[in-house]
Amino acid sequence: MSVPMVEATEVHKSFGRVEVLRGIDFVVQPGEVACIIGPSGSGKSTFLRCINHLERIDAGQMRVNGELIGYREAGGRLYELRESEVARQRRDIGMVFQRFNLFPHMTAAENVMEAPRTVRREQRQSARKRAVQLLERVGLAEKCDSYPGQLSGGQQQRVAIARALAMEPRLMLFDEPTSALDPELVGEVLDVMRGLARDGMTMVVVTHEMGFAREVGDSLVFMDEGRVVEAGNPREVLTDPKHERTRSFLSKVL
Amino acid sequence: MAAEPLPLEKERPKPIEAVPVRHPGRWLAVAVLAVLAAMFVNTVITNDNFRWPIVAQYLFSPPILNGLQNTLILTVLSMLIGIVGGVALAVMRLSPNPVLSGVSAVYIWLFRGTPLIAQLLFWNFLAALYPRLSLGIPFGPEFVSFDTNQLINQFAACLLGLGLNEAAYMAEIVRGGLQSVDQGQSEAAGALGMSRAQTLRRIVLPQAMRVIIPPTGNETISMLKTTSLVVVIGYFELLTSAQRIYSVNFQTIPLLIVVAIWYLALTSLLSVGQYYVERYYGRGTNRGQTGARLFPRRDQQQAAGAHG
Repeated sequence: MSVPMVEATEVHKSFGRVEVLRGIDFVVQPGEVACIIGPSGSGKSTFLRCINHLERIDAGQMRVNGELIGYREAGGRLYELRESEVARQRRDIGMVFQRFNLFPHMTAAENVMEAPRTVRREQRQSARKRAVQLLERVGLAEKCDSYPGQLSGGQQQRVAIARALAMEPRLMLFDEPTSALDPELVGEVLDVMRGLARDGMTMVVVTHEMGFAREVGDSLVFMDEGRVVEAGNPREVLTDPKHERTRSFLSKVL
Repeated sequence: MAAEPLPLEKERPKPIEAVPVRHPGRWLAVAVLAVLAAMFVNTVITNDNFRWPIVAQYLFSPPILNGLQNTLILTVLSMLIGIVGGVALAVMRLSPNPVLSGVSAVYIWLFRGTPLIAQLLFWNFLAALYPRLSLGIPFGPEFVSFDTNQLINQFAACLLGLGLNEAAYMAEIVRGGLQSVDQGQSEAAGALGMSRAQTLRRIVLPQAMRVIIPPTGNETISMLKTTSLVVVIGYFELLTSAQRIYSVNFQTIPLLIVVAIWYLALTSLLSVGQYYVERYYGRGTNRGQTGARLFPRRDQQQAAGAHG
């Protein structure tokens, strides 16, 4: 079997005295779409942020594509990675945030071009050309030169997806990508994500969209109080949850 | 399913023609102000003690223009040192590196905590402390050695005093600006694989500029007038030049008017410049100038209404 794209083993994380993650085991194979659901405060967003080392884990292991994240192992000891090495690891991991976090002083195309230009030192013209292609792919060809402030929430989130794709990541992380959107705008973002999944992108999606999880997800994880309560096939977990906690959560959101 | 046609627009009601709110207070205020302004203009023209011919005579006189030139040079160079130094100090202060952060904190503490006049005098009389300055290996051999008084002349002492002091104040302004930028911006940049330096230069600093510029404008205008402190080490600028003239001919008021006119002119020029710089860094945000959200203009109110 191939190396898992994401392999978390016994991941622990505390903020001060609050233990947010209490031993998470989690595996995503290449090409899979894994959805994480759970009540707020369950640690699902924190866990997602541990995958690209936006949060540093306290115990356990996080591997992406077989490579240890945030640390280097040598002679049975762990060495913290330098900032530049962490940055290199992050290039292969795209991330989409709940609140978009587009750069407001740059147009849509400039947002998408930024990382290829500064990180990969790409030429302006070729970066611009690819940015336009990516914006076309998320259905925003005509918005290249608009500033984020001139776009709707759904459009902004699609630009954010294009921006993450510009670094040609092997893995995409989505942190509640539709939670800050008006209901009528959720569909357009989910459509783009569906397209990505169809093209074989490996994705980890923290979401409240049960329909999306059921339809697109290859696996589903239900988290509560920093633990994985239940994991499995999305259709099975959603229709026939094994745990009482999962049942009561689903009865509230479905 | 055949889409039901939208109901045809019925005849539109006539636009509202309402009597606008009256503001009698405004008219009263305008009347009072108009009278006061007329009185002021009248006294300025008729009171001979202003000595307008003397003001006109000195406005473009060589000593005044000389002083003005020094004021400008000192202001521009000191602010340059202050801004560059301030950005460096602010970045150091916010760095996770405790050494850099500590050095910056001590610098700010020292330079904000001692009087500017004392600092100017200190730089000027550095030679009394260290007659020679040299480069070399600590406790080892020297490579080059300078006479302190030749290395730091009066002008250099002015720049060091004003610039290094300003850097400490600018550091706090820049730090405030950097911290005002949403944390999500750095996270997004970091997630894209950008380094801390790239994130700062490309993402955070440009956004922080919107917050940094207004107080920097303040600092620049303040510096324009603070430069007159260089008189304590025997250097001269606009105000000093005027003082030298009126200490001889006793035309105090007219010469102070000359100085005020020049300061006002420079300040106005700076305000215009600031407007354009603010507009540049405000791109992408609808707010533009500070306060536009709190006190929206009419057309902005309507645009906002159309959005929501």
